[in-house]
Amino acid sequence: MDKWMKFLEVNAPRIFDLAIEHTILVGLAILVALMIGVPLGIYLTTNDYLAETVLQIASVMLTIPSIALFGIMIPVFSIVNQGIGFVPAFVALVLYSQLPIIRNTYTAIKNVSPEMRDAAKGLGMKTSQRLLRVEIPNAFPIIMAGIRTAVVLNIGIGVIAAYIGAGGLGVLITQGISRGDNYLIISGSIAVAILAMIADGILLFIQKRYTPKSIAN
Amino acid sequence: MITFDQTTKTYEGGVTAVNGVDFTVDKGNIVVLLGPSGCGKTTLLRMVNRLETISDGSITIDGEDSMSLDQIALRRKIGYVIQSNGLFPNMTIEENVMIVPDLLGWKKKEKRERFNKLMEMIGLSGEKFGKRYPHELSGGQQQRIGVIRALAADPPVMLMDEPFGALDPIIREKIQDEFLQIQREVKKTILFVSHDIDEAIKMADKIVLLRGGEVMQYDTPSEMLVRPKNEFVREFFGKDRAIKSLSLHTIKDLQEVIGLVNVDETIEDTITIHIRHDLRNTLSMLLNQEADQVIVVDDDDHRLGAITIDLVQKYLHFEIKAKPTLVQKG
Repeated sequence: MDKWMKFLEVNAPRIFDLAIEHTILVGLAILVALMIGVPLGIYLTTNDYLAETVLQIASVMLTIPSIALFGIMIPVFSIVNQGIGFVPAFVALVLYSQLPIIRNTYTAIKNVSPEMRDAAKGLGMKTSQRLLRVEIPNAFPIIMAGIRTAVVLNIGIGVIAAYIGAGGLGVLITQGISRGDNYLIISGSIAVAILAMIADGILLFIQKRYTPKSIAN
Repeated sequence: MITFDQTTKTYEGGVTAVNGVDFTVDKGNIVVLLGPSGCGKTTLLRMVNRLETISDGSITIDGEDSMSLDQIALRRKIGYVIQSNGLFPNMTIEENVMIVPDLLGWKKKEKRERFNKLMEMIGLSGEKFGKRYPHELSGGQQQRIGVIRALAADPPVMLMDEPFGALDPIIREKIQDEFLQIQREVKKTILFVSHDIDEAIKMADKIVLLRGGEVMQYDTPSEMLVRPKNEFVREFFGKDRAIKSLSLHTIKDLQEVIGLVNVDETIEDTITIHIRHDLRNTLSMLLNQEADQVIVVDDDDHRLGAITIDLVQKYLHFEIKAKPTLVQKG
């Protein structure tokens, strides 16, 4: 225990800095993923053929081992002199988050009851009004569930990004492995777990807060 | 006024759901689209507000071809009620009811006033229910809200797709009565889909009986019951058509034509019945033999006479069968 205290005394500020770095990487990736995934998911509800194709591609994306995907990013982004570091990691994370976000948005909007959609049309709502006033609010819990999955997934995958020099909490773990330092490995892992739990908790709170009371169950 | 002129709906692949339908819904009337499932009644209704496209022919609303109007503007001018009420669970009752006024950009105060007035019409407190959500209301209350939502922006025309179909019989009858009461006040031009014969007879000024997308008969309920045009109409209304037609007449109608029999004061076992009771229920009451004598009373409980099965039969024979065209629903 004493050793732990001493370790944390020395390393706490660094762990904190890396956690911030990790959060920024994942946070930005999720923001961009949302801007792509949610509109795409909504659009796909109007085009069944394309929906199948896109969801397939997104599924395949998720099956690529993360280390391999990061590896592929290096030669690609070397062209613009960004082979390692933040950019390739960021792009890989955006790609990984697409499946849960697109799939959940698509499913949630598709599952809005036909009667409700019918009523919205029949009352004279334009497509945008129908989406904003009826479909998205009622699909919100499922869309949020997808976002939560993507965030937790990305916090985990973000660890691997340390291998291509993107920083974050993965640095502790990779260093720990190469130096045989269990303190580094364990503290890095626990920090990642805590970060994931905090992020999920915050998103769950947002989900509960903004889910219309009447559809919460 | 809604006019259907050779209105036809053909789906891709050649299935014809509605075939050359011709009829007119007069201003302030309720026309019920009746028929077995798959007869095209809902499709025909949904063609009016263009939720379904019109393949051929036309639908004219108050003299304007529905295809010449902007689809969104058209729908906002037409009230729309569906069976499962279609209330939005994410909105409060007030928000739900005020959707169309809101889309039309009404002011806050106007909306509030309109909401309270509409809630008053269905006997619910706007204050108490306005902030609640649909799931906190009973099925009957939700359906009433669905109806006033359609009335919110005071559209001249209303489309109702089996609006009371999901309710239990007792509530259904109550809401039908309430709706007819409202209709006497607002006098909308209404197209109403139903598969329930009794409901059609009760609600309709005229009935359109459909089969396979074609009109079998377009007539007043009494005319249709008494003079079915073809075998399908006859069979659709069933062997008890005569009894059904009795629900269009009250004891008062009977009294005016053939009078009541005198009350026999020696009979002790009696029950009373109000003069505005319809003859179908009266007949059931007589057949139930609840008492030895059924005495008809008016609003002030004055005894006007007694009614018997014989009288009902006589009325049916002379009045309904002989001169059906005289009988018109008020």
